[in-house]
Amino acid sequence: MQRILFGDNQFFGVNHMSEDKARAQAMRFPTAGSVIEVLDAAYDEGIKVFMCTTHERIRDVCDYMRANAERYKDFQFYPCMPYGVKYANAVTEHGALGALKMFLPQEGALGAILRSGVALARREVKDLAELLIDAEMKMFEGLSTPVIFLQNLATDLLLGLGFNEAFRIFAEHVRNRYQAEPGFITMNLPRLLDVLEDLGLENPIVCASINKIGFRMCGGIEAYEKAIATRTFRPIAMSVLASGAIPPREALEYVCRQSGIRSIVFGASSRANIRETRQLIRELSALQPAPLRVAQG
Amino acid sequence: MTRVALIGLGKMGLSHLAIIRTHPDADLVAVCDPTAYVLDVLTKHTGLKGYADYRTLLDEEELDAIVIATPSRFHAEMVQAALERDIHVYCEKPFCLDVAEGRRLAQLAEAKGLVSQVGYHFRFVAAFQEMKRLIDAGVLGRIHHFRAEAYGPVVLRPNGSTWRTSRIEGGGCLYDYACHAIDLVHYLLGRPPDAVGGTVLNRVLSRDVEDEVYSTFFYADGKTGQLAANWSDESFRKMSVKVTVWGSNGRICADRQEVQVYLREIAPQAPELAPGWNVRYTTELTSPVWFYLRGEEYSAQIDHFIRSVKQRNPNTLCTFRAAAEVDRVAAMMLNDAQGRNAGSLGAARDLLH
Repeated sequence: MQRILFGDNQFFGVNHMSEDKARAQAMRFPTAGSVIEVLDAAYDEGIKVFMCTTHERIRDVCDYMRANAERYKDFQFYPCMPYGVKYANAVTEHGALGALKMFLPQEGALGAILRSGVALARREVKDLAELLIDAEMKMFEGLSTPVIFLQNLATDLLLGLGFNEAFRIFAEHVRNRYQAEPGFITMNLPRLLDVLEDLGLENPIVCASINKIGFRMCGGIEAYEKAIATRTFRPIAMSVLASGAIPPREALEYVCRQSGIRSIVFGASSRANIRETRQLIRELSALQPAPLRVAQG
Repeated sequence: MTRVALIGLGKMGLSHLAIIRTHPDADLVAVCDPTAYVLDVLTKHTGLKGYADYRTLLDEEELDAIVIATPSRFHAEMVQAALERDIHVYCEKPFCLDVAEGRRLAQLAEAKGLVSQVGYHFRFVAAFQEMKRLIDAGVLGRIHHFRAEAYGPVVLRPNGSTWRTSRIEGGGCLYDYACHAIDLVHYLLGRPPDAVGGTVLNRVLSRDVEDEVYSTFFYADGKTGQLAANWSDESFRKMSVKVTVWGSNGRICADRQEVQVYLREIAPQAPELAPGWNVRYTTELTSPVWFYLRGEEYSAQIDHFIRSVKQRNPNTLCTFRAAAEVDRVAAMMLNDAQGRNAGSLGAARDLLH
């Protein structure tokens, strides 16, 4: 996994601190072209991973990358699915069953089962989940997707419901069908680690809010620090700046100081910001002792 | 441990379920939904006990509390059945639609000393709580006007066909969106309006219900306010609610993310605020929750309910009584829009059509 990952919140009007700021950002990126321009800047600055939701506009970005395969031969996507707002809006508009029908292929035995509205067997739940994953992954066909994430809305809903089997279904399908590593985004890191451990999912990739002010770190900042220092998993830090609440150097110092953190995901809208953040991460990471590597058998 | 059951496994129901199951003081003993495939998948995969009929659930389980997250037309009978069995009730919004019924249920809960709460979650958003703290402290001086806005993407195509697009089931922009703004204004100003006027309920895309709502609120002390709601506006990624309040000493504007305060003069009640602009963000205002799903406020409101049940404290932040007042104002707005108030803009509209 790469040390620095490029995120996508800035492209889709997501800002946890200010709706005005979020809207201003969304206005800056009305087209796939405007997104690609920033991705180009990141790529040229040596950031080769784009961790992105399966938003409709990403489909156009994917088309562009495929059409310019030579230029982007080292470019990797870490898709994050599902794009929750898309499903939530569909459920509001069409009901749960109607929404499922929208996102699934019309043909096949499963369609018939859903149309009938009768109970689903265990096997069918697995089939259904796999079809939904495949539908989300379609836009990345032919592109490099070494890690595939379950979005926090889905991860944390399943976690809260106690639908733990779903994590295994996701992990197995991502490994078998896409030869990719499963990743999980969560706002509830300690709780999720317990469940993944119980399921036997070893050394999981888990992306969570990790920042100096404890913003959206459920279970508490101490529990997070302890988990990062002592448990076997591959943490990715997101919301490092807490949407701008912490100055960049101070924010990155906190994260880089914890040698257990494997990667940092951040979003930026300009080449200058990308370069500054990249340089800070490199500088501050170099100051820290190298992480202890446990010999892999 | 508080023994809780949940009725209704739609979007809000599933969200509440996930939050309650992780609550350290709650024991979620059973769920209820008449839809076989949803109930079946959940019970098979999560070990939850399921019921298709809520009366069987109430008869067979020993419950302290119940969470009702069904479409609104089922609320009254379910709430009544639970209260009669001395069960504390959390009910989704809008509460009852029929104002008399809502008041009767509020009365019943009060008489029995039971905890009642309705899911107006914006009362649990830290930015609005901070806004209320400043208003209650008198920082704005004499308040004379507000503007409350709710926009978002619910109906974006003609011919939607869920309960949200049926008025008798509690659908429509008035019940689904505007009610949040109505309640938030009650919360912030401490009381409902004495009259409403110029109410407009417009259809944009829906066949049977309004997609946008506009109204002016009047208060006996001379205060006025304007309310605007539109659920067919996808320029908002998700529902967005914003309230601005003007007073003799400045104004406060808040949404889910931030509180912006402009003061003419320093207010002795809040010496930390400077004259001119002061901005505070959700990142500093929001208290941590034990479990996060869609926003701290959803966890905070469930925690508030569980705690209130544990302490048998019926004075929750959003009681049936408060929610029935929202239904009453919604009914006033409907009457106004239909031109039943002499000389109202509603009457003028009828002439035009």
